[in-house]
Amino acid sequence: MNLSNDKGSMSTASSSVVSDQFPAGLRVLVVDDDPTCLRILEKMLRTCLYEVTKCNRAEYALNLLRKNRNGYDIVISDVHMPDMDGFKLLEHVGLEMDLPVIMMSADDSKHVVMKGVTHGACDYLIKPVRIEALKNIWQHVVRKRRNELKDIEQSGSVEEGGDRQPKPSEEPDYSSSANEGSWRKRRKDEEEEAEERDDTSTLKKPRVVWSVELHQQFVAAVNQLGIDKAVPKKILELMNVPGLTRENVASHLQKYRLYLRRLSGVSQHQGNSFMSPQEPPYGPLSSINGIDLQTLAATGQLPAQSLATLQAAGLGRSSAKSGVPMPLVDQRNIFSFDNPKLRFGEGQPQHMSSGKQMNLLHGIPTTMEAKQLVNLHHSAQSLGGMNMQVSVHGAQSGQSNSLMMQMAQPQSRGQIINETAGGQVPRLPTSMGQPVLSNGIAGGVLTRNGVGENGRGTGYNTVSQTSSMLNFPLNHTPELPGNSFPLGTTPGISTLTPKGPFQEDVNSDIKGSVEFMSSYDIFNDLQQHKPHSWELQNVGLTFDASQHSNSMPSGVDVTPSVLINQGYSSSQRSGQNSNAPPISKAMFSVGEATEHGNSQNIGQHLNNLLVDNSMRVKTERVPDTSCPPTLFSQHYSQGDLMSALLKQQDGIDPAENDFEFDGYSLDNIPV
Amino acid sequence: MDRNHLLRQVAYMKNSLFDQGYLDREQFTQLEELQDDANPNFVEEIVTLYYNDSARLIQNMEQTLVNRPIDFVRLEEILHQFKGSSSSIGAKKVNDACTQLKEYCSAENTEGCSRTLQLVKQEHAVLRTRLETYFQMVREAG
Repeated sequence: MNLSNDKGSMSTASSSVVSDQFPAGLRVLVVDDDPTCLRILEKMLRTCLYEVTKCNRAEYALNLLRKNRNGYDIVISDVHMPDMDGFKLLEHVGLEMDLPVIMMSADDSKHVVMKGVTHGACDYLIKPVRIEALKNIWQHVVRKRRNELKDIEQSGSVEEGGDRQPKPSEEPDYSSSANEGSWRKRRKDEEEEAEERDDTSTLKKPRVVWSVELHQQFVAAVNQLGIDKAVPKKILELMNVPGLTRENVASHLQKYRLYLRRLSGVSQHQGNSFMSPQEPPYGPLSSINGIDLQTLAATGQLPAQSLATLQAAGLGRSSAKSGVPMPLVDQRNIFSFDNPKLRFGEGQPQHMSSGKQMNLLHGIPTTMEAKQLVNLHHSAQSLGGMNMQVSVHGAQSGQSNSLMMQMAQPQSRGQIINETAGGQVPRLPTSMGQPVLSNGIAGGVLTRNGVGENGRGTGYNTVSQTSSMLNFPLNHTPELPGNSFPLGTTPGISTLTPKGPFQEDVNSDIKGSVEFMSSYDIFNDLQQHKPHSWELQNVGLTFDASQHSNSMPSGVDVTPSVLINQGYSSSQRSGQNSNAPPISKAMFSVGEATEHGNSQNIGQHLNNLLVDNSMRVKTERVPDTSCPPTLFSQHYSQGDLMSALLKQQDGIDPAENDFEFDGYSLDNIPV
Repeated sequence: MDRNHLLRQVAYMKNSLFDQGYLDREQFTQLEELQDDANPNFVEEIVTLYYNDSARLIQNMEQTLVNRPIDFVRLEEILHQFKGSSSSIGAKKVNDACTQLKEYCSAENTEGCSRTLQLVKQEHAVLRTRLETYFQMVREAG
């Protein structure tokens, strides 16, 4: 099955899933700080006829992945690594690249294995790893692709559902045994079936690349129709893009909704729930935010207080703002990976109000992101006047670092940014988010990003803070099962191939003035359903990220933030970010209460990026923790945001109940 | 023939390493199976890599026991890494000593940690000697 013919994700000569040589040629990226194990693994994998790339640092691995999104089929990573926790890497990869990740460790204690599961690892190997265990890792690649395919089909065409049903049942066969022969046969059958359907065409059509422009058209159409009424068919009509099918739009819409949901911070469980087939009236995206909040609250992750704050914000009250003032510095703790329960600031009540908001913003690395993005979008839109532009331009220098730096001005800011960045980053298709998140090491952001190296010394401190924040998102999904939701997101989302032009924009836009706050702004932007060039931004980010990350020794962390900004700035410059508004501001100001024009821009970008990211990555990750209540409140308090929130809240119940929150009782959420 | 004799000696040495519990038969054999024409000295390469890296880890562990207050968490982290490495080459006795050390570390028993760390070092050194001899024999046997 050629899920990604055109993008080449599987098109490398050796990696075609359907090639007869499969699984030979499977492109594996193995990450382990232990040189002995790494060498042994490499040799074993080569013996299995896989194409192996090894690295001993997680950050470097992320860089590689970001630079070459489609260059790998599967990632194997150690759990305990000095520079980055393996679970963080896992989350990043799942969010940004949507690749299957296998964890390994000498530690076979149940809680660690469980952590792997909840973070979305598709397998967990105990060291010493035997070659037999490696021989079958291809099954994870196949399974994932099949799930994606299924998702596409489900989202794209109801009528095909029936035909596809039998397919899932085939999966157990694949997973239980490395039955290459039967697998291949089945694949061929699937392909044949796909080809037989003229209408579906999702299978046989080349993967749709959701370019920035395309995505902007999409968002514009969605906004025009209104979140409530945005159904694939109408969106398709509005977009009027030749060659685009309703299925493409449907799957993209699904991802977008997930992304928005993540922005709103609603904890979402399993991606499966997201994959409601067809064009279910998910309800306004805005409602997603509301639902998210409620869900979060319901799940106990979102403290009632925060929820109330958010809701208040939604209702147009600015009370949320008060909740926002979180001591960013403290938030770091929240985000620390080691505090799985932190998401909603468990144990950190004081932080939570602010931190939670931030978290919400950043969202749980996996699922939250979508929500956060959504929130961001909403808030961004309503805020309308956020200084997104300003902040974005600040980052002109093209150094992501500077962006981060600026954003990180106030320490707390930095944290927020980190969070947002963190949360957001993963969503970004580009590896932007990754670097920041990967910083997981509090305070390491700056150093990571190499921002310091770039000479933007100002924001360094903050950056590092942000890193901690960013890490937060990663940390937050401890409870979430399967971070990697195998939503077949890929087809619609397609990869944001870094585009040269974007890069330029990004660089120029990102000039250093990014304020930390701006990172929030970015989120705001993301939330806005503006037809910003998500893609563009994302793409730009990717490039920049990769570029920057290369330059920065450990700069992975920084890159994301920078990239994001860059991406945003580029979009801004292109004038597409019309809405850079308030949302982004709100985002940042949440913690900071400072409004920076720059931040708005950034937020806008971030939003765009995040949205994109969330769409791309598996937004299914549990959204719960990181809903940044503050963000909402801020945005909402600003007018449009409020209405958006209100809309969301209204629409939440019906829509959300339909497909996402199984068992969530919205009633529990105190409004 | 001389070579056959050498090969027999190699086999004998290896077996005694297994029987005496220095090496885990399965793991070490797996390493040997990875050896091929492209990597004819793969096992030796791995063992060399291991000893280079593990020496550093042992040093770090010793350092933690010297510092005050003793950072048992850090010690356990390093130990975990060391153990993972040792198990990958099948260093059985070393691993067993590591398990003991881990227990004392969890109990934050300084004396116990010092003692068992010395044991780890000892086993680590003994195995190195045995393996050096072994690989020398392997090289001689061609």
